[in-house]
Amino acid sequence: MTQQSQAVLGLLAQHEEQIVSEWLQEAGSASSRMTDAQRRTMQGEAAEIVRTVRSALQEGADPEDFRAQPWAPLREVLEGLSRSRAAQGQSAGDTSVFVLGFKRPMFTALQRFVADSRDQLAAVWTVSVLVDKMAQWTVTTYQQTREEIIQRQQQDLLELSTPVIKLWEGVLAVPMIGTLDSSRTQMVMETLLQKIVETGATLAIIDITGVPTVDTLVAQHLLKTVSAIRLMGAECVISGIRPQIAQTIVHLGIDLEGIASKATLADALSLALRQRGYVITRTA
Amino acid sequence: MSSTVETLQGSLPVRTEEDIVASRQKVRALTQQLKFSLVDQTKMITAASELSRNTVVHGGGGQMRWEILEQGLKRGLRLHFEDTGPGIPDVQLALTDGWTSGGGMGLGLPGSKRLVHEFDLQSTPGRGTQVSITRWK
Amino acid sequence: MYRIPILQMGTTLLVTIQVDMEDQMALALQDDLANKISTSGAKGVLIDISALEIVDSFVGRMLAGISGISRILDATTVVVGMQPAVAITLVELGLSLQGVRTALNVERGMELLAQSGKESEIVVNR
Repeated sequence: MTQQSQAVLGLLAQHEEQIVSEWLQEAGSASSRMTDAQRRTMQGEAAEIVRTVRSALQEGADPEDFRAQPWAPLREVLEGLSRSRAAQGQSAGDTSVFVLGFKRPMFTALQRFVADSRDQLAAVWTVSVLVDKMAQWTVTTYQQTREEIIQRQQQDLLELSTPVIKLWEGVLAVPMIGTLDSSRTQMVMETLLQKIVETGATLAIIDITGVPTVDTLVAQHLLKTVSAIRLMGAECVISGIRPQIAQTIVHLGIDLEGIASKATLADALSLALRQRGYVITRTA
Repeated sequence: MSSTVETLQGSLPVRTEEDIVASRQKVRALTQQLKFSLVDQTKMITAASELSRNTVVHGGGGQMRWEILEQGLKRGLRLHFEDTGPGIPDVQLALTDGWTSGGGMGLGLPGSKRLVHEFDLQSTPGRGTQVSITRWK
Repeated sequence: MYRIPILQMGTTLLVTIQVDMEDQMALALQDDLANKISTSGAKGVLIDISALEIVDSFVGRMLAGISGISRILDATTVVVGMQPAVAITLVELGLSLQGVRTALNVERGMELLAQSGKESEIVVNR
């Protein structure tokens, strides 16, 4: 362990309470706008950070190599902090400001308790490097968390825009709306196949009225979906093929490999019912 | 079943049929640890099975090396299938659907490529082949 | 080497694959089934893969193989219980197993076999 790390460790060991209370004051815990619960959370976070810094330094960790194993507990604490603030909607700035607030009380303590000015400078540098790395880590996690939230929202949107509907006993329908790309196709396949297992459906009707264009790529996606449905022991009918789309399909020489198609969802349902032996009569 | 934590990297020999099964089981353990979705696990394990078989059947035996990757907070699994076998004379051709060599390798490579996020194939006739595949969580 | 057992129920052969098969095992199964169809005169083969979490191109081709062989030997094969993740992966691999009949489960599979049995009856009217 370097002398600087030793000095920092020593400081934290002897003056932890004072350093932490100064830190919290910097972070606005004295402010009347903060609730008791928030204050307690902040206290807990500060305590955890100090604890994990100490344990890492004790293991001889080097602040320059923040990805090393001994820093793992500290990284986890910072990730937790960042995630919870991102989820609460606080900005990246707010999150790192809290962490950076650790510097001033540490510098003050170093000035007060480390005699030699050269030692002081070296120790201040070590603390500065460490806290900067901590702040960087929080910001990276924050960004990652925001991205995850956005991805989850996109996923939800995707699911909502491609519902799998049980039209009749054994008949499922998927109205596709919008462009059919590979991630959409994945989503449809997973949901549809799962529903086939759950409902024991033997027919899936894919309605493409809402799909603007069908090119070779889109056709490939459709074919993949149909193949997968067939592997599950169900049949597949494509409905809602507009005349322009039919022309494009023939024009591009796309082979729909014997997939049945019907002009409208209604036609497809009608056929499905007839095949299952249903007769629909109107009363009076 | 033991509940060992998978190491960040390692390798196992891929020389026999039993090894192909072992490689599937290893990749299952790794993808489960990385908490891949079921479909993603299935894709990765299946791709590994295809490439392990190639290594055994066409590469004269070799090894599978794995690495758990961390890019910021993004985690992934990279597998390397390496042999010192005859190699593939025309890599471009091997990656086009419908190519066959020595009994049905036609579907192995292009198919496996579609199952993963990153795919890299290096081969020198007479020296050997290395195929690397990666999937991110 | 462990060989996957084949059960006979009337004119139907039933196979349940529950292990992660080595390639040789899959080939042995294909062999054994071909022989059994021949010797037993079975009309239907039901292969239950509901326990299989991985079906790669080797196993996929084995299933297609049995399907074709059984057809030549005048029997119908139905593969049942494919897991969704497996279906998605097979399709992505490029194996759509077009010639293979499939059903959701054993019950449906048996219904399918019964139907196809009736279809292939030759009725002679004098």
